[in-house]
Parts: sequence; structure tokens; C-alpha cells
Amino acid sequence: MSVAVKRPPLPVILLANDLLDGDIVFWTGKTWSLDLVDAAVAANNDAAATLEQAMAHALATNRVVDAGLVDVAIDSWGRITPRHIREQIKTLGPTIRLDLGKQAQTGRV
Amino acid sequence: MYRYDEFDARFVRERVAQFRDQVARRLDGSITEDEFKPLRLKNGLYLQLHAYMLRIAIPYGTLSSRQMRQLALIGDRFDKGYGHFTTRQNLQFNWPKLKDVPEILDLLADVEMHAIQTSGNCIRNVTADHFAGVAADELEDPRPVAELIRQWSTAHPEFSYLPRKFKVAVSGAAEDRAVILAHDIGIRIVRHEQTGEIGYRIIVGGGMGRTPMIGKVVRAFLPKADLLAYLEAIMRVYNAEGRRDNKYKARVKILVHETGAEEFTRRVEEEFAALDGPSINADPAELARIAAYFAAPDYADLEPFSAPLDRQKKANPEFAAFVESNSFAHRQPGYTALTVSLKPIGGIPGDATGDQMRALADIAEQWSFSELRVTHQQNIVLPNIRLDDLFDVWKALRTADLATANVGLITDIIACPGLDYCALATARSIPIAQSISNRFADPVRQKLIGELGIKISGCINACGHHHMGHIGILGLEKSGQESYQITLGGDATDKAAIGERLGPGLGADEVPDAIETIVGVYLGNREASEPFINTYRRIGIAPFRAAFAKVEETSDAAH
Repeated sequence: MSVAVKRPPLPVILLANDLLDGDIVFWTGKTWSLDLVDAAVAANNDAAATLEQAMAHALATNRVVDAGLVDVAIDSWGRITPRHIREQIKTLGPTIRLDLGKQAQTGRV
Repeated sequence: MYRYDEFDARFVRERVAQFRDQVARRLDGSITEDEFKPLRLKNGLYLQLHAYMLRIAIPYGTLSSRQMRQLALIGDRFDKGYGHFTTRQNLQFNWPKLKDVPEILDLLADVEMHAIQTSGNCIRNVTADHFAGVAADELEDPRPVAELIRQWSTAHPEFSYLPRKFKVAVSGAAEDRAVILAHDIGIRIVRHEQTGEIGYRIIVGGGMGRTPMIGKVVRAFLPKADLLAYLEAIMRVYNAEGRRDNKYKARVKILVHETGAEEFTRRVEEEFAALDGPSINADPAELARIAAYFAAPDYADLEPFSAPLDRQKKANPEFAAFVESNSFAHRQPGYTALTVSLKPIGGIPGDATGDQMRALADIAEQWSFSELRVTHQQNIVLPNIRLDDLFDVWKALRTADLATANVGLITDIIACPGLDYCALATARSIPIAQSISNRFADPVRQKLIGELGIKISGCINACGHHHMGHIGILGLEKSGQESYQITLGGDATDKAAIGERLGPGLGADEVPDAIETIVGVYLGNREASEPFINTYRRIGIAPFRAAFAKVEETSDAAH
């Protein structure tokens, strides 16, 4: 199953791979964005439950695959960073090819 | 090289058409991901961290120039201009778009290639010695039998839903270069001691992963004619009795281990005796038809010694070093099998750009009868280079940044894609390979250290063969951090051994120093020009552990 069942520690965001090209996409609260800065951050259980509903709906409507909630840290500038290295790499790109993945498109490293 | 017959060609085209339809239905929402996933995996299409990944089968690692050029074209047109050669002699593209995959598969079919059975619980791509057909120490070319097994196992209805994936490797040489002792089935072409007849030694139950095992000989000598029936007997016993309750215990190695090699062998022999051999075994005429495709190319009649090569080596030490480390004894006088390293210093093991693939295709076309091989060490072999042409080949390789002279040396590192790409990985592998490669970049020092294989996996599944590295490195996650476990004394040859743990896990930045320490103990203890693995076997792990513990103490004190 591609649905994450266990909710990670808050705050969380919802990310997935786009069905068509596999690219990482972030749920903004209304739609999917290619950019992490647009991600809707859920800081409490109600907001996280809303993200889970969005996830179930998105998977059912076949827009994305491998969707899941990811726990993030928010710094004083409001920047979102996944807490775990796996999702950090997932949201940026391969650490050994900075010319590939999102880091190449957005300049974020 | 083997050429598809009409059945092969039609089968592959039909599969592409089916997959095109499946993708269309996925994209229009007619089928769900849960329904689609097994279909895409049957065609080698995975979903990794950043994107889809397409794994393309390269049967027994053999490629023509035409096929290599097509892979370059696919990489340039549909991916990011490069491909990754794997430890199973395959090629992976890391960024294909789902909508493009049917077109990619059509382009592969144009050159008699596909991605079928590169995933899933089936018999995977059959691997073989990368010097097959050219090695001086070879009894018989393993490729005809590997091709026979490929044909027998492709879409075999009885073995499409095995308890777990199943890997077969074949070697026909004195030295095992195909890691046959760490495969589900390893086949060794042998000569019968009394009769002189050529047949097969069948080894079952080797493997790496979370439970590494060395394979057990279940048949010391199997007559050639009985091969497919015997393989079918093994597969039947495994298919019926292999565990399906726990995927971590589902490989045949666990069945052999839990049943005992003797009892497992008895069951296989019993099944074999009950099978209708003639209805399963290949017609000798069919095997002969296949073997004809692998006939030796039209070699020139040459002297074993090349005077021009000798002069060029004397005049150019860099070239001489390249020839020394990258060429391999050929059975045909005046030729060599040349390994092209895909391990430039500080580079990504196994990666080649589209331009490099085209350069390799061109070089093979001009100087190696249009043939190339992919090695499980993630390098490329030009199997038929005239000694007289080596200098020109080297210059052409240098132009394409492909002339690294490090084959078998400490910077010729195997590494899986690790957490930089792989959804299963627990830690990164490639940056560890790069930092070790940079640390030991000096060619003089590399040569001084001599033959030393470092193998790195980014998770317990062991795609980077870490268990069988002279130095193995396993990347794990420890409290949310990447941690690297070092093992020593692994060996992937006929003296197969699983490495022993050196000590506690290390942080990524501590790994190069740890390798320095290990190399230091080796150089301090080696006798004459003894390779690392021999010194290790002679002195054991204790001196390495002692030195490692001392470094750890210092490191702890500093923190």
C-alpha cells in the first residue's frame, strides 16, 4: 500500500510523487505545488487530519502516488525543512548531483 | 552476439503494447496505483525517491555498440543525460516520466532489449563472467547457457510468482568473476575429473542481503543435457517449500539453510528423477543454434607480443599504468580484454553520460568487434582489443574521460545508489565512495596498496555487495543519523567469504580515516607483495580491531 498509516510527530506537511512524471509535489491546502515553500504546515492534530483527508482524496483521484505526511522543522524565517535526511534529500535532490532535482530548479541547497 | 528470433521479437513488442495500454489506463484513472504497481514492476519500472526509475536488463552483461548507442539516446532524450550501470550488470535510468516509458520500451525493443523481469518475484536477469568467451582461464563460454536459461526463465508460467526474487549466475572460468557462490543458483562449467566430459556444478542458496550465505553444492557434476530439468527441479522444490509468510525469510538460501543442504539436495534429486527430462531439457540442436551466436569473432593471427605497445608504454608511463591495471589476459594471442573504469577519482561509481556511452560504442565498433560488457563491479569491458591498438584506444578513452587506471584498486569502489536515489536506502553510499576515492587518489599510493576491493551498500539489502568486499561498508540509520558499519575479509571469488564486523558504526566523515587505519595495519603486516585479503587471512581481524579501537578512543576523547 502506498498510504502512510502512522502519523509522524507534528508539525507535518503532505508530500507525494506526481503520477505523471514522479516529481515531488507538496499539498498547499488547495492544490499540489512543485515548491516546498508552498506546503501547508499542519501544527495540530486537526490540521494533520485535514492533510490526511487530502491525501486519501488525492490517491483516490489518481493525481499523485506514494503520498505521506512528513514531519518538518520551521525556522524563525518560516522556512520548512523535513526533519529526516531521507525527506530532505527527497525534497532537494541527490546530494551528489546538485544539478538535479528540486535544488537545481529552485537554487535551494 | 545473440539475436532475437521472431518469437522473442514478437513477445517483446506485445509486452510493450500491453504496457502502453496499462499506462494509458493508469493515466486516465481506470486503474489504481495498487493495481498498476505490479504491472509496472513487471516491466522494470520502480518509483524511487525523486522520480520513477527504469531498470533495463542487459543479459549476462553483453551489449553491442548499437545497443549502447540506443541507451545513450534514451538517456539524452528521456532522462537527464546519463545512466547508472548496476552490480547486476544492468542499467538504470533515474528520471523517466511515466508517460514516456512505453516509448522508451519501444526504443529498447528496436535493439532487442527490454526491462522484463528486472523486478518482482521471478527469475531475474541471468548474469555471467564479464570476460566470457575471451578469458585465458576459461574452460567454456558461459553465455550460451546463460542465454538458454534466459529463454527458459522468461515468462515461465510456473515460476512467475515465486516466494521471492531469484538470481542465477554462470561462470566458465577457473577464477569466479561472476560471484556464483552468492547467487540463488550459481552454475560453474566444469570438466569431469574421470571422464573429461564438460558439464555443470550446481550451487544453490547463496546470497547477500540481511542474511548473507555462501551457496552449497547440490550437484558436483551435472551432464550438460540435463540442465533445464535439473534447474526446474530446484525451482519446483523452492516454489513449493520456500517461505511465503515472511519476505525476509523467503529466499532460497533460507530454505536451503533451514532444510539443510543434504536434505534440500535429496528433495531436488527426487523431483529431478520424477520429472520428464526429455520434455524439459533443451534440444542439443537448439543449444548449438544459440552457441553459434557466440562464436569467436574473426580474430587476426597475431604474435602474443606487441613491439609497438612495448615502445608506447616505455614512452608514456601514464599509459603503461593504464595497461597494467585495466587489461586482462585474453585467450587469443595479440589481444587483450580491456576494462574501462566507471570510477573516476571522486566520481559516482557506475554512472556514464550519454556522450560517454556513445564514445564507448564507437570505440567498441572501431576496435572491439562492436561488443561491450557490463561488469558487476560497475565497469565496462571492451573484450577484444588488439595489443597493437591499445594506445589509440587509450587516447580515445581519455578524450571521453574514461581512462582512469584503477581497476581492482582501492578507488575501484562498488556502491549502490543509496539514499541519494533509492527509496529503500537507510544511508547514502555514493558520497562515502567519493570521499574514499578522493582520499586515495594518488596513483602511486593506489598501486602500492594493490588489489583491494571496497564495496558499499546503503542498506541491509546489500546491492553494493558489502558482505563480500575485502572492506565492506554498510550504511544504516542510527537515531536519525547515517551510520556506517565496516566489515573486513569478504571475498567474492571462488574463495567466497562474508566479511566480519570491525567495530561500532561510524559517522560518514570518520570513514576515510577508518579506511586509512585499515590500510595502515595491512601495509604494516603484509609480506612481500601479498594482497590485502591474503594478509587479512593470515593475521585475522584482531590487529585491525586493535588499531580501530585506538582510533575510536582518540576520536571519543576529542569530542
